[in-house]
Amino acid sequence: MVANSPTREQVWQWLSDVPDPEIPVLTITDLGIVRGVAINDDVTVELAPTYTGCPATEVIEQSVIDALQKRGVERVSISRVLSPPWTTDWISAEGREKLRAYGIAPPEQGSSKRALLPGDHAVACPRCASTDTRLVSEFGSTACKASYRCSACLEPFEYFKCI
Amino acid sequence: MKSDDLLLAYVTRLGDNALVLAQRKIETVTLGPELEEELANANFALDYLGQARLFYTLAGELENAGRDEDDFAFLRSDHEFRNLLLLEQPNGHFGDMIARDFLFESFYVLQLEALERCRHAGVAAIAARAVKEVRYHLRHVGRWLVRLGDGTAQSHERAQRSIDDLWRFTGELFAADEIDRAFAKGFDGPDLEALRVQWQQAVAAVLAEATLKQPEDGWMASGGKQGRHSEHFGYLLAEMQHLHRSHPGATW
Repeated sequence: MVANSPTREQVWQWLSDVPDPEIPVLTITDLGIVRGVAINDDVTVELAPTYTGCPATEVIEQSVIDALQKRGVERVSISRVLSPPWTTDWISAEGREKLRAYGIAPPEQGSSKRALLPGDHAVACPRCASTDTRLVSEFGSTACKASYRCSACLEPFEYFKCI
Repeated sequence: MKSDDLLLAYVTRLGDNALVLAQRKIETVTLGPELEEELANANFALDYLGQARLFYTLAGELENAGRDEDDFAFLRSDHEFRNLLLLEQPNGHFGDMIARDFLFESFYVLQLEALERCRHAGVAAIAARAVKEVRYHLRHVGRWLVRLGDGTAQSHERAQRSIDDLWRFTGELFAADEIDRAFAKGFDGPDLEALRVQWQQAVAAVLAEATLKQPEDGWMASGGKQGRHSEHFGYLLAEMQHLHRSHPGATW
């Protein structure tokens, strides 16, 4: 049984404090991977994986369990939801702003309608906002990012890919 | 075969293709010719590993006999794997790997697009996520093939040889058997004949841009989808499975 019988709103609030392990400025609710919360005999949290092979998936699930148990929820279960698939469109407006402030150019909206891939369109530098930027590598430090360089302020930066 | 077994075999094959290609890619991690390719290859391997895990987990649920993803990956023997022969061939050189990925992924994107629209909810959900990843791969390897084919005399000649050598494994992509037909009929799955036409157009366009000649269809190797593998496959499995089999239940 749930010790304190939290409300769904409380659980959502708690989940909004759980950071993404690879981009810790984002929480899992900013990232848009929490799809639902159900409170029955236990608390079930529905999570959507980002990339199929994302190594953070298990870490995130454990963080959710830890975060809720810390608040006295004894029985937590995780349900993986594949459909509809996660895309970068699930990242919240607040999450996009946090990414930019952190130095990662946020993805464009509309990934589900057409593939907006690195090199296809101007990416604004997260530091000086110039769109005079150059794709350095379609791949980066994690599967979700590409590497860019700003030709105006000369800083390298990462771009969150729209896929 | 009963219809449940046919469905299980179909899903397991999708997992086998993804796992075997992941394993071939993992073999080359740390050997990339430059940093961008190193990252690309490791990223792609991770995507395929993730897809294999999802297909195997679904297969385990369909089978309902207590097998999980690890049982499918590590505790089956060579004749139980039903992957395409194209994917188990040794990596060869960089051009060979680009040619293999290009020929397979040109097919796999079409297959996943059809699966995304199929009437099996579990398969459709995995395909919808996977297709976004594989489109990104295909764009990358397609560009490389153009760069190699339309590059120097040496890169052109070697890329042509890679395509020529691997062409005999492409017949199997479209050779429908009882398992393919059952999924096509039962769940509005891909019609491999229709896919062949689309694949030929897509491949021909890139080969032309790469100034490479499309090989004539000659004798085609087959058998992987039925569990009859080339001599290379046992070595691949041995390396992939030995840790799990030698130390059952090991954790770290």
